[in-house]
Formats: sequence, C-alpha cells, structure tokens
Amino acid sequence: MNAKERIARRIAREVKDGFYVNLGIGLPTMIASYLPAGLDVVFQSENGMLGVGPPPAEAEADPDLINAGKQPVTELPGCSYFGSDESFAMIRGGHMDMSVLGAMQVDEAGNLANWTIPGKMVKGMGGAMDLVAGARRVIVAMEHQTKEGESRILKLCSLPLTGTGVVHDIVTELAWIRVTPEGLLLTEIAEGISPDEVQARTEAALSFAPNLVTMSVL
Amino acid sequence: MLGGFGLCGIPENLIAALVRRRITGLHTISNNMGVDGFGMGLMLEAGMIASHIGSYVGENRRLEQMVLKGELNLTLIPQGTLAERVRAGGAGIPAFYVPTGLGTVVAEGKETREIGGRTYVLETALRADVALVKAWKGDRLGNLVYRKTARNFNPVMATAAAMTIAEVEELVEPGQLDPDQIVTPGIYVKRIVVGENYRKPIESRFIKEQMAGGAA
Repeated sequence: MNAKERIARRIAREVKDGFYVNLGIGLPTMIASYLPAGLDVVFQSENGMLGVGPPPAEAEADPDLINAGKQPVTELPGCSYFGSDESFAMIRGGHMDMSVLGAMQVDEAGNLANWTIPGKMVKGMGGAMDLVAGARRVIVAMEHQTKEGESRILKLCSLPLTGTGVVHDIVTELAWIRVTPEGLLLTEIAEGISPDEVQARTEAALSFAPNLVTMSVL
Repeated sequence: MLGGFGLCGIPENLIAALVRRRITGLHTISNNMGVDGFGMGLMLEAGMIASHIGSYVGENRRLEQMVLKGELNLTLIPQGTLAERVRAGGAGIPAFYVPTGLGTVVAEGKETREIGGRTYVLETALRADVALVKAWKGDRLGNLVYRKTARNFNPVMATAAAMTIAEVEELVEPGQLDPDQIVTPGIYVKRIVVGENYRKPIESRFIKEQMAGGAA
C-alpha cells in the first residue's frame, strides 16, 4: 500500500453516515473508493453536482458529466445538478459536513497554502478558498514531506495562503495531527514509527496526545 | 464573460466564431481558460485576450508562461466568489460580504467588516458587455435548459451581461420546453444560435492523449 492509499483509506474511515462531503482533486478523490460498505454518503462536486458516482467505463464517459477534476463520473440515484452560484452557496453556507483537500503547506495555526508558487506556478485557487471558509470540517490530506524530503507542516506557511486558521486535521501517511488552539496535536501514528521520528520529519512543533494510538488503515 | 467549467459546457461554436473574427483586446471573465489548443486556449493563442479574471488556469501551460513573463494581466479569484460576483451583477446587488479569502491576497485592499463575531470581506459585482453561454436546448424566446454538469457557470453568466448570446445544441419552438424545467428564463437572452460539430473533449482524457503524444 503506497502513501497516498494509506492516507485515503484512513480518511475514508472518518466519513460518517449521512455526510455531505466535497473531495478535492487528486489524492482526496481516492477516498470515495475506500468508504466502508453500507454508509449513506453524498459526494458534492463544486462544478454543480450532488450524488457523484464512480467513474464510468471508458465507452460510457459523457463529456457533459464530469467532476471538478474534469474526470468523467456517473450519476447515483437521487443525484442533482445545479449552477456554480448555487454550488458555492451550499459550500459557503456551511452545508458541507466535510471537505478534504490537498496542500503544499500547512502550519501550526491551521493556515493552509495550496494554490500558487510565486514566480513558478500559476494555477489558481479554484474552489479551495470557498471550501475552507465554508465547510464544517476541513481535513488536509497530503504526503508528510515533499519529494525533496522537506517538511510540509511548518511553523508558518511561506507560500500565499488559501485560508487562515481553517484546517481542523492533517492526515499524512505517518500521522493524524489535529490543529488545536494550543498548536498541533499528534493523535495517531503509523505502525512502526515513533512519535519522535514523526517530529523529526516535521518542522512545526508537535505535542503528543496521551492516548496516542496506531493509525488503522483497514 | 464565457460559461463553462474546464471544457465542459463551453460555447465551442461562439469561441470559434470569435477566433475567426480575430477580435483583440478582450477582457475575459471565465472560470478557466480552456487548455492549450482548445476552448479559450484558442483565443489566448490568437492573441485576443488582454486580461482575464478566473479561478483556475492550471490546465493551460501557455497562459502560465505568458503570466510569468508579464504578457497577460491575470486576476485569480475564488471560484465561489466569482460565481457570486456574477450573480450579484445580474441581480442588481453592487457588493456583498463573504468569509472567503480572509487573511489571503484576495482580501488585500478590500474593506472588511465584523458581523456576528466573524470577519467578512466586501466583494463587488461583476458584469460584462457580452456573455457567451452554452445550453443544451433553447427556444426562440431564449428560454434555456442545460444538461448535467454542463450547466455550471452558464445560467449565472447569462444574467450578467448587456448582450447575452446563447449557443444551443437544439433549438425548439416556444412551448416545447417544459416551463417547470427551464433554468434560464428567456428575458436574459438576447441572441440564440444553434451550434454544430461539437467536439466536447473530456479534459482528463484530452490531457492523457497529449501526454501520450509526447507533448507533456
């Protein structure tokens, strides 16, 4: 199981029955594949759909039916379509139980940076700023370090921010870290690694929860 | 102002017509900027766009290069704020407060106000001279219905321009669309044209093909 799959599987276990959930592009989209059976969860796609279903067979792909990652998807029974203004009214209006996004950087105050690198990368924030401002719970799903081995969980984000004080939880292949008013709290840890090792690979200061448990990705 | 999300629900024929006419110095408002070689990417490559307001342009490498070189004035704003600014523009609301972007560059220089213990950013309405939208079916009175996620920004943009031109796949007579199903009432639409030869590329697949071709 690679790092991304571990992260997606762990977050899938956090999705509760009856939730309305928006999954960001990339890793977060994988979460839908690992949901425990029997859960009644409605996925929203910010381009204007509730009740997003799994990808279609290649031959059945409909160009008028895509998710926010511009990938073809399918309809689940009870799905609905709406315009972008309505889509973001439900996002901004606090109707999303959970929003899972990728990140380039997160910091001790729950600040998030995931949309641009000045002078290098022009992408845009898309719906990320609206999602973090409006969702009831914001989970960042990302690999713990960059490909170069640098920490993505910092004392203070250096990239332009997507939102300030918006992140509730950070989930990586190594740990579940909760953002609290007192700073970052390590609550779960991957099997075979010590809290000190997680700290060594994290720039931000972590405190260790007294009831720290092993992260289950079943 | 151009409807569409990525390459889904874009006015393909109207964009092609604009490119044929080589109208330059355009100030565009659209969520994305097509991709290299399709959609608004064609307008960009033809040198027609002077400035652009959108939320995500990550699929357009040429645009990224132009912005990094300072050749194009690009303003990126949150997607929901874009949608609501356009909605406000069509609804006669000059400005409104949102929580989105507080403490980020998008709030810089903007008025903020605390309401009920939370701080909000003042955003202003957006309108355009012309809106180009794409619908599935329309009638001669300009009533429009959309298909699946090809709706996206089209209905809201139809309300926020002095001249809204709708491109439809099928034009029908008044009375043939179920009035209960009409999303854009005809009052907003000034011109309607029937599109042809829709390509409707699926972007993720489109990009895959490009990469397979060695362009990536």
